[in-house]
Amino acid sequence: MAAVSGLMIGLLCVGGVLVVVVIAVVMGVTIYNGLVNESIETKNAWSQIDVQLKRRYDLIPNLVETVKGYAGHEKETLERVIQARNMAMGAKSVAEQGQAENFLSGALKSLFAVSEAYPDLKANQNFLGLQEELTSTENRIGFARQHYNDVVGEYNATLMRFPANIVGGMFGFKPADFFQLDAAEAEAVKKAPQVKF
Amino acid sequence: MNEPRQTFRSLIASNKRKSVVLVVVFCVLIGTLSLILTLGAMAYVAPALFEGEGPLAPPPAKKGQVSHRPQKTPPSGGPEINWPTAIMVGVIGGALALTFSFLGYFSGDDAIMYAHRARRVFHDGDPELFNVVEEMAIAAGIPPPRIYFIHDEAPNAFATGRDPHHAAVAITSGLRGKLTRDELQGVIAHEMSHIQNYDIRLMLLMAVLVGAVVMLCDVFWQIVRWGWTAPAKEPEAAKEGANLAVLFVVLAVLLSLIAPLLAQIIQLAISREREYLADATAVQLTRNPLGLANALRIIANDPAILKTGNRATAHMFLVNPIQKFQAKAHSVLASHPPIEERIRRLEALAHVERPPVASEQ
Repeated sequence: MAAVSGLMIGLLCVGGVLVVVVIAVVMGVTIYNGLVNESIETKNAWSQIDVQLKRRYDLIPNLVETVKGYAGHEKETLERVIQARNMAMGAKSVAEQGQAENFLSGALKSLFAVSEAYPDLKANQNFLGLQEELTSTENRIGFARQHYNDVVGEYNATLMRFPANIVGGMFGFKPADFFQLDAAEAEAVKKAPQVKF
Repeated sequence: MNEPRQTFRSLIASNKRKSVVLVVVFCVLIGTLSLILTLGAMAYVAPALFEGEGPLAPPPAKKGQVSHRPQKTPPSGGPEINWPTAIMVGVIGGALALTFSFLGYFSGDDAIMYAHRARRVFHDGDPELFNVVEEMAIAAGIPPPRIYFIHDEAPNAFATGRDPHHAAVAITSGLRGKLTRDELQGVIAHEMSHIQNYDIRLMLLMAVLVGAVVMLCDVFWQIVRWGWTAPAKEPEAAKEGANLAVLFVVLAVLLSLIAPLLAQIIQLAISREREYLADATAVQLTRNPLGLANALRIIANDPAILKTGNRATAHMFLVNPIQKFQAKAHSVLASHPPIEERIRRLEALAHVERPPVASEQ
């Protein structure tokens, strides 16, 4: 009688340990897959920013064409916009790219200011349509960066919390970097873009 | 107002917690209801189960006094079940129910848009609206939903779709013409939040569960009306068991009367909570609480009633389309929270304190 109950207790212990191990493994797999998903999401969000930046490059020649017809005297402004665009496309490092993008934003704002001086241009449907498109493009770039930061924030937080930090450490997951302006760009952004009539 | 400063993240977290609590309460309700109704039905139909030595009988109070009585079988005077017919009816009914469920689940969006006479909008049709939706889709990280336009003076908007890959948003002409770009962005962000948080799927599930509750109560009443009862027992041994049986029957009757109402109240509470969650998530998307707040103010001051909204689809709209609920907005039967409260919470996020909107217009 005693031997049987001893065997049963032993089996129960082994069974209990097995159950705990199975639960731990299942949890571990779930957490690992979750981390993989979030990590891929951050990379995807990063590339979405580039998608929006490239979209902006394509739109600018159209804008310039529309404005050219009306604003012959504003050649200077137009040339500045094209120059800024080419600079941004040619930028090599991330810092250079950020700086060039801000330059381009400034030049575009000047171009919109130009339209204030030409009532005909302001009323032109094509121009209004393109103005909406460029506003939307700037917004999209901003939202893409916002989304990237949101996703990175969630991923980093998950990685730092228990129990994902254990799994993360085991498999070498690293936190991602937020989209940030470095010191030089931050200074440039703080200055309001020049608007000359 | 001495409450601590809220951020949209803490609002989102607290709203999600409340949703979970409500859903758990609902599940507990269904579980309890099923148990009591089943016991009540059994007590009504076969009280013998609760008596003497039946499986559900209370333990004997006195030793050696319980008579060994065999289980009572239903009297042969009761109605006979025609099993082949019953099975056929069951199979046909089940097949119909499944068909409609699949149809509703997979093409419900198209049906809803057709019912509201909505027209599809592409980029050239309304560039601003199209761009705003695309921008919000980028901010949310979901594919942009299909866009629909409804000709109706009442200002409102809604979202539908079982998941972000099969989603649509619609806006009425009454609302579209009154909003600036920022306000439009707030409205669209609110609708995208519903899609992103899978609210439509949740409310669909709730509707099904409430239907199940109503059906359970109905089945119980059918049993009570048409079921047979065992003939009268000998008073002696039947006493204790009979009390228990009667108790279950009474409990089940009471519960079957209030359960459908209770289930609906919980469903509407969940709906209100998800509306607050959608407002907070919209702020996360736009980072601009005042856009949505101003849009809600415009709607609050507009008296027009939506022509095609009804109780079944009310929960999907931006604000409650049923006029009488806008008036007594604090009712537990309202699918949306009061507009003033929504505006107040949004403006609190922007650290603005303005006098509330007058609710009696």
